Amino acid sequence: MKTILVIGATSGIGEKVVHELAEKNHHLLIAGRDMDKLHRIAKDVDIRFQVKATPISFEALAFDTHEEFWKTCASIAPDIQGVVFCVGYLGDQTVAQDDFAEASNIIDTNYKSAVSILNIIANEFEQRKHGFICAISSVAGDRGRQSNYMYGSSKGALTIYLQGLRNRLASSNVNVLTVKPGFVNTKMTAGLLDDSPLVSEPEQIAKIIVKGIKRKRNVIYTPLFWCAIMLIIKLIPEPIFKKMKL
Amino acid sequence: MSKIRKLSGWGNYPIQNVKLQQPASQKAMLEKLSISNAETYISRGLGRSYGDTALNENGNVLLQTGFNHFLEFNQADGVLTVEAGVSLKEILDVSIPRGFFLPVTPGTKFITIGGALANDVHGKNHHVDGTIAEHVLSFQLATGTGEVLQCSREENHEVFWATIGGIGLTGILLNVTLRLIPITSRYIEADFTKVKNLDEAFEEFAKDDEGYQYSVAWIDCLAAGENLGKSVLIRGNHSQAPTSLDLKSTLKLAVPFNFPSFTLNRYTVKAFNEVYYAKHSNKTKTLVDFDSFFYPLDSISHWNRLYGKKGFLQYQVAFPMDTSRDGLIEVLTKLSETGTASFLAVLKKFGKQNDALLSFPFEGYTLALDIPAGNARVLQTVKELEQIALKYGGRIYTAKDAIADAETFATMYPRLNEFKAIQRNLDPNGIFSSSMGRRLGIIGGHS
Repeated sequence: MKTILVIGATSGIGEKVVHELAEKNHHLLIAGRDMDKLHRIAKDVDIRFQVKATPISFEALAFDTHEEFWKTCASIAPDIQGVVFCVGYLGDQTVAQDDFAEASNIIDTNYKSAVSILNIIANEFEQRKHGFICAISSVAGDRGRQSNYMYGSSKGALTIYLQGLRNRLASSNVNVLTVKPGFVNTKMTAGLLDDSPLVSEPEQIAKIIVKGIKRKRNVIYTPLFWCAIMLIIKLIPEPIFKKMKL
Repeated sequence: MSKIRKLSGWGNYPIQNVKLQQPASQKAMLEKLSISNAETYISRGLGRSYGDTALNENGNVLLQTGFNHFLEFNQADGVLTVEAGVSLKEILDVSIPRGFFLPVTPGTKFITIGGALANDVHGKNHHVDGTIAEHVLSFQLATGTGEVLQCSREENHEVFWATIGGIGLTGILLNVTLRLIPITSRYIEADFTKVKNLDEAFEEFAKDDEGYQYSVAWIDCLAAGENLGKSVLIRGNHSQAPTSLDLKSTLKLAVPFNFPSFTLNRYTVKAFNEVYYAKHSNKTKTLVDFDSFFYPLDSISHWNRLYGKKGFLQYQVAFPMDTSRDGLIEVLTKLSETGTASFLAVLKKFGKQNDALLSFPFEGYTLALDIPAGNARVLQTVKELEQIALKYGGRIYTAKDAIADAETFATMYPRLNEFKAIQRNLDPNGIFSSSMGRRLGIIGGHS
């Protein structure tokens, strides 16, 4: 089985993606900031699935280390089949409105870090003419809303980046998958979500993602009903939309 | 990140405002605990305790379910170390294919191992294997002073026996080491025995119970008069045949019964009970999958919602051996008189008590049932049932309780003061607190 790199493996969705891939017997490189947690995940995956996962340190915001990071990955597993990018930061909308440092943190984590590392990986995949790139964006990136447009705009930028990348890499046999989850019950959203039927569990999202990778999908809403919800939201004319409390 | 939200236990009663938090890591959680402020905390797993065990009205509730990593598994001797948020389901998923089973399991696998220890859970094998405590080798506990204590029968043994059954009030469990039991099959060889009344049930339990690792009776609480205590005994052992450990293959087996989902009232429950009793015949050596044998209700997710928005109360009582018959007759008579409809009532013989200070089981008989909440009469009935427990030297179970008072609790748990002393030592600033802890007078106040 070929190796898959999961960046942001300690995130709520990232860890479940690791489980889902491990269950399918993929070897894994798991990258993130919290090395202690990565080692725990590696041991856990070893016990649960008898699969080897190698922890690698990844600093999303230290852009100048990303080249070196990819070299390390490639030296451990020379033929990485694909990458799943799960780094994300919700931030605090109201803080970010007043404090550029918070706004910048949201943009850098969700957008710039993705561009920085995925550029490097895309170039290699393009050259060798195989591989896949999957990144977690968000339904929040489909339309700006007053309650979370800082996060939303960074995810929207990521969505468009991935769209362009998909277009570029299509001729090189490299698939790019954009994942747009709705509300997911993770530590990122702890205490923010009520028991609404719109809330999904990360296990469920991870299953859909891994299936989407296998089927070489382009864009998936997870779960699918978000596609319908966002279609309606996108269709509301701006003069009406701007007066809504969303 | 947190905001005030409404939360309840599995019984949907009571519902309280809490600050629900999901710490990013155990380290981050410990740092949060070490900040001295007026905040109080209780840990919470999968929320299967029925009442207010894992609630902290207007205080913080710390979700532990994100701490669900397996840390060590020795497949030679079945010794397993996991973080406290690992669920019993996750353990079974890993252990069964490798020939191991939980040494003790309650009637749901959707609980965390931390919750299992905090409530010192028991299962159908209490009469031979005791509670989960008997199979725990050690654990790590974060106390109210920010210290992390390694606890076992040898090391910090007082903390060990206060924390098991201590409903989260001595601190936060970080990880747990326990010994699993070897199995060669995922199936249980079960015998079903119908009995007409309580005396016949007692006779069967007395005669045969030692021959079964697992033993429980489903009891019809609406049966009265000479049928009082009409039951079906469901008893079994792990199948010795090397049938299958593979969780993905499913052998086609007759499921003993599928639970219906209808509105619960005394008529529908009565009808259900009639059918349930009639459907069972005396069968022996029936192979039953572990899932339907141990977890019949787990296949219906959120079965607790069957009771509607008002929720339900659980009542579980244990009577000492010598007063069991009288106590149970009085409880069953009361239930049948008031027409209190219990969907699923279970009778079981307990084995010996352990050393955990607030552990529920002691030698005798236990009866567990659900009662739909929602009106004052039901609360009154449960209060009266509590008094019957007291009258016969019995006690009720914290994991199930939502309404008992401090005085009643202190009478039922004679080692409460020993617990309080150890608890105060571990948490001198009183950062651990729960709605149940305050209601039952386990913490706060001085005695």
